[in-house]
Amino acid sequence: MTRLASPRAGRDLDEVAARAAHARGRPRSRKYIGLLYAAPTALIVGVLFLAPLALVVWMSLNKWPLLGQARFNAPDNYTKISDDPLFVDSVWFTLKYTVIITVLLSAVALGLALLVQNRRPGVAFFRTAFFLPGAVGFAAASLLFYGMLNPDFGPLGFMDVKWIGTPNMALFSTIALVLWRFAGFNMLILLTGLQAIPVQVYEAARTDGATRWQTFTKITLPLLRPTIALMLILSITGSLLAFDQFFIFTNGGPDNSTVSMVMVIYRNAFFRFDLGGAAALSVVLLAALVALNALQLRVLRGGDK
Amino acid sequence: MRRTGSYSATSALAVLFLFPLVWSGWSSLKGQPGSGQTNGYGFGNYSRMAGFGEGLTSYLTNSLLVSTMTVAGTLVVSALGGYAFARFAFPGKNLLFLATLAILMVPYATILIPLYVLLGKIGLQNSLVGLSLVFVMFQLPFALYMMRNSFEAVPRELDESALVDGCGTFRAFTLILLPAVRPGLVTVGLFAFLASWNDFLAPLILLNDGASFPLPVAVWSMTQRTFGAIDYGMLEAGVMVMAIPCLLLFIVLQRYYVRGFMSGALRG
Repeated sequence: MTRLASPRAGRDLDEVAARAAHARGRPRSRKYIGLLYAAPTALIVGVLFLAPLALVVWMSLNKWPLLGQARFNAPDNYTKISDDPLFVDSVWFTLKYTVIITVLLSAVALGLALLVQNRRPGVAFFRTAFFLPGAVGFAAASLLFYGMLNPDFGPLGFMDVKWIGTPNMALFSTIALVLWRFAGFNMLILLTGLQAIPVQVYEAARTDGATRWQTFTKITLPLLRPTIALMLILSITGSLLAFDQFFIFTNGGPDNSTVSMVMVIYRNAFFRFDLGGAAALSVVLLAALVALNALQLRVLRGGDK
Repeated sequence: MRRTGSYSATSALAVLFLFPLVWSGWSSLKGQPGSGQTNGYGFGNYSRMAGFGEGLTSYLTNSLLVSTMTVAGTLVVSALGGYAFARFAFPGKNLLFLATLAILMVPYATILIPLYVLLGKIGLQNSLVGLSLVFVMFQLPFALYMMRNSFEAVPRELDESALVDGCGTFRAFTLILLPAVRPGLVTVGLFAFLASWNDFLAPLILLNDGASFPLPVAVWSMTQRTFGAIDYGMLEAGVMVMAIPCLLLFIVLQRYYVRGFMSGALRG
């Protein structure tokens, strides 16, 4: 992948353009031409990303009701975080969910990728079949499962199981939903890594008399490490921000047993009308994820060496 | 032997993965007591959905409007920006690129609350335009990265010769470069469509009027009944209306999807 365009090349083109403009009798005002083309990007990033980023920090330092006047009250929004049992529970629940889903998702995705890695008749169909759930939106997938796992309406009614009726079953069913929706997606990530391993490496292993298992553990897995790391990063950060599956599919229930961190942020803002508190939670989550991302990127870079 | 075993295992898994989609399509057409389709097969669930809430046409229009504005906005902003980053030197270039990529580092859900307040201040709260602009922002890191790389892959001689011939930079951009980066534009557009068509949390937070809901929030509201039974037939019909365009687009544009995937649709 190419990095930033070399400034030298850019200058060349500016000069060419300037000379062309000059030839037509226009003034040399090409230095800011690039800025003009980048202006829409700058506007969007400034107004809709940097400004809200600053605003979320400012809001977290204020008592900020949904309607009415904001009032500076730092650091109340932060000190009261640990007093909110729903949030504390949601942190533990989200962490537990993240660990379980990351382990299972990686295992299933790796299994699928190994099944469809070689070119053979029908493999394109299988790849598409595994990936197809990933083309459906996550909200649509959650609603689909909401109907499918309803004991009265769904096809599994004969099993007489309350799929989202108890805390453990609700988590179990959500995991099934997320595996269904994301396994193919992660399989695709792993396939790109698998296909980057040169065939010669496998041939050499075969000549040396390596068994299939040895080839897998000694060659495939180590060479796949950066790809696996990428998959883990995406799975961990995605799961820590879980919302749709618990808001739509289990609705946080039963008894608030499946309330994720982002759901608490949403509840504090729009049910308790406490935007300041929601902003403080957002800042904490944001800082944690940025730190995690930075850490993981370092680990990932280390794996490349 | 081994081959047949692996084939049957793979086929069984494929059936398992396809089953929910097939079931959903089937039950959206099947008769259910208390649903729009009381017996046999037909489009009763779909016609009942047409009259749900503000009406299917209203939700479908909202979804189409948001997706169209998001795709158009993302294409325009990222094509212009990608051109700037690939071909020009300008003040603040590196800073702007880093700021754009930083959007990937910041979890999307954590800046929706301030965005809600901010859009209120500029009169775009509860507005499909505001929602689309937010989607454009979220798409921008991938889109800008993708477009910059696409423009860089075009030989410089192509547009330089046009400039020497007295063509302006904008004409060189529209007439020569844009046609050359078409695959990149398709990929960016596809991801922008899928994201804006399917997103649930952003419209849930940024819109507060049922009449402006796009499909995901509208169909979800079918499950939020305070009285009476949920019409599951209608619910699965709603799921199908959301899913079918994505499935078709994915199958037709699979090549572009995988291309975007490889070049880091997930992170820059």
